[in-house]
Amino acid sequence: MSTVAVLVESREGVVTQPTFEALTLARSLGTPVAVWLGSAPEPAEVARLGIYGATEVRVVPTGDDARVVSRAAAALGAATADAAIVVLISTFVNKEIATRLALATGAGVVVDAAGAELVDGRVETLQTVFAATWNVRTRIESDAAIVGIRPNTTQAQAAETPGAATLVTVEAALPETREAIVAVEPVPASDGVPLAEAPVVVSGGRGTGGDYTLVRELAELLGGAVGASRDATDEGWISHEHMVGQTGTTVTPALYVACGISGAVHHRGGMQASGTIVAVNIDPDAPIFEIADFGVVGDLGDVLPQAIARIEDHRRG
Amino acid sequence: MRILVTVKFVPDLQSQRSFTDGAVTRTGDDGTMNELDENAVEAALQLKEAAGEGEVYALTVGGDDAVAAVRKALQLGVDHAIHVSDAAIAGSDVFGTAKVIAAAVRKVHAEAPLDLVITGMAALDGLTSMLPTALAAELDWSQLTLASGLTVEDGTASIVRHLPDAHETLSAPLPAVVSVTDEANKPRYPNFKLIMAARTKPVTTWSLADLGVDPATVGAGAARTVVVDASPRPPRENRVVVTDTGDGGTRLADFLIERGLA
Ligand SMILES: Cc1cc2nc3c(=O)[nH]c(=O)nc-3n(C[C@H](O)[C@H](O)[C@H](O)COP(=O)(O)OP(=O)(O)OC[C@H]3O[C@@H](n4cnc5c(N)ncnc54)[C@H](O)[C@@H]3O)c2cc1C
Repeated sequence: MSTVAVLVESREGVVTQPTFEALTLARSLGTPVAVWLGSAPEPAEVARLGIYGATEVRVVPTGDDARVVSRAAAALGAATADAAIVVLISTFVNKEIATRLALATGAGVVVDAAGAELVDGRVETLQTVFAATWNVRTRIESDAAIVGIRPNTTQAQAAETPGAATLVTVEAALPETREAIVAVEPVPASDGVPLAEAPVVVSGGRGTGGDYTLVRELAELLGGAVGASRDATDEGWISHEHMVGQTGTTVTPALYVACGISGAVHHRGGMQASGTIVAVNIDPDAPIFEIADFGVVGDLGDVLPQAIARIEDHRRG
Repeated sequence: MRILVTVKFVPDLQSQRSFTDGAVTRTGDDGTMNELDENAVEAALQLKEAAGEGEVYALTVGGDDAVAAVRKALQLGVDHAIHVSDAAIAGSDVFGTAKVIAAAVRKVHAEAPLDLVITGMAALDGLTSMLPTALAAELDWSQLTLASGLTVEDGTASIVRHLPDAHETLSAPLPAVVSVTDEANKPRYPNFKLIMAARTKPVTTWSLADLGVDPATVGAGAARTVVVDASPRPPRENRVVVTDTGDGGTRLADFLIERGLA
C-alpha cells in the first residue's frame, strides 16, 4: 500500500472535521500519514489523528512561515517525498499550495473534488461543475497525484483498527520568498460550526432586510451555520465569511435553507450540490424554487417563526 | 505603469453550459469574457489612470472564438489585445496553460518591462483558481493572490486578502502576478465610443512558434489530468412548492421532520 499524505488543517491547535474526512478518504487510497505545518501539536490531537488512521504525524516546524504559499508548499513537499498521493482540503489557500507542490513534483492535481478512488492504479476523482449541474470524473495520469477534497463530501469514520500515530519531526529548508506578510488580523472564529463544515446551513439574503434574528434562530435550532448571499454581505448586514457562492464559500450540507434569496447562478454555484434544499421566498418566480426540494412561497417573517415553533413543539414530543 | 491582464473566454453563466468530448463546450454564441476578469481589467485601468501613464495589455489563450474575450477588454478600455491561438494548445491542463501565458508575458516583457500581470480570482467555468499561482511560479515573479485591495508604490505591490481565518496584508517587489477578487472594485461598463473603437482595433495573434513554446510540452498530450466522463446531474425529483396560506411554516417544519432533518 502506498503512502497517502494528508495535510492537516487545525484551528487554534485543534484538528478540524474536514481533516478527519480527508483521512477517511486517504485510507481508501493507501496508508495515511498526516502532515502538520506549524508548531508541534498537542498529544491529544496526535491521538485523534491516529484514531482516523494516520500512522504517523509528520510535523514541519514552520512557525508562521506557512502563511506564505511557496513556503508552505516547500514544507509539505519535504514531508511527502515518499507519498504517491497528497490529499488536502480544497480551500483557496490549499489550492495554491497544491499548485506549487505540483510544479515541484510533477504531480497531477484535481481540486474541489467530491470524492476519489483508485481505478487500475490511477487516482480518479469526482467533481460537480457549472453550478453543480454536471458531474465530472477526472483521471490523474501522472504517477504522483494531489487531490483537493471539499469539506462535507466524505463521511468521517474512525479506522477499524485505530493505531497510535507516531510523531515525527521533518526539518525543511524553506525558500526565501519575495512576498512578505505585513499584517495578519485574525478573524474571530464564529460561534458554532464553520460554514464549509456545517451539516446544516440556513442562509439569509436581501429578503431579510438586514435582520438575521430568525435566520440565526433557525440555524441554531437545526445545529447549523448561518450563510448569506453576496447582496447581504455587500450591504454589510453580515460579514463576508458568511457568503455562500462561487466567489464565497462552497457548501454541501445535508440541508440548505435559503431565506429571502433569489437564487442567482453565482449563489447556486456555491450550494446546489447540497443534500436537501429548502427555500422561503415571497416571489413564486424566484429561480431558487427551480432547485428546491421544498419551497414555501411566503414572507419569511411569517414562515420562519411558525416553522421554528413547530420544530420546538415536535422536539418536546 | 505597464500591466498585462489575462482574460478567459468562457460559456456565459446564464447559458446551458455543457461538455463535449471531455472539454468545456466553448462556442461563439454563448461565450463571453469570464465575468471575474472584469475585475482584473478594472484594477489595471485604475492603476494606469492613477499613474497618469502606462499601457494595459489584455491577453487570452484559446481557439478562434476566444478573440471575443480580448475584444470585450478593448471595449472596457485596454490599449492592446493579444490572442494566443494554436491547435496544439487544446486540452492543456492548468500547467500547460500557464506555460503558454508565461511565454507570452515574457515576450511582452522583453519589448518593454511589465510591472504587473493581473488576473481574475477564478474562471467561472473551471473555478480552480490555480492559474495565477502556476503563472507566478512559471515566471518566477512575486505572487500576490486573492487581492480584495491592491496598491502599487515605489516598485512594491501591496494587497489585502480576506481568508476565512484572517485578513492579511502582503507586499512584494514588482514585477508581480496579482489575482483580484470581485470585492476589489466595481467594473465599469463599456462606453459607446470605446465599443466602436474596439471593432477596428488590431488584435495581435501569436502561435506557439511565435512564443518559442515546444508544442509537445502543452496540450492534451502533456496534461496530467484527463476528464474521463462528464454528464449532466439528474434534476431533483419530487420537488414541492407550496404557497403560504397561514400554515407555510408548519408545512416546512413537517417536511424537515419527515426527512429526519429537524
Ligand atoms: C462576479 C460575481 C460574483 C458573484 N458571486 C456571488 C456569490 O458568490 N454569492 C452570492 O450569493 N452572490 C454572488 N453574486 C451576486 C448574485 O449575482 C446576486 O446578485 C445575489 O446572489 C443576490 O442576492 P439575494 O438573493 O440576497 O438578493 P436578490 O436577488 O435581491 O433576492 C432577494 C430575494 O428575496 C425575496 N424576498 C424579499 N422580501 C422577502 C420576504 N419578506 N420574505 C421572503 N422573501 C423575500 C425576493 O423575492 C428576492 O427573490 C455575484 C455577482 C457577480 C457579478
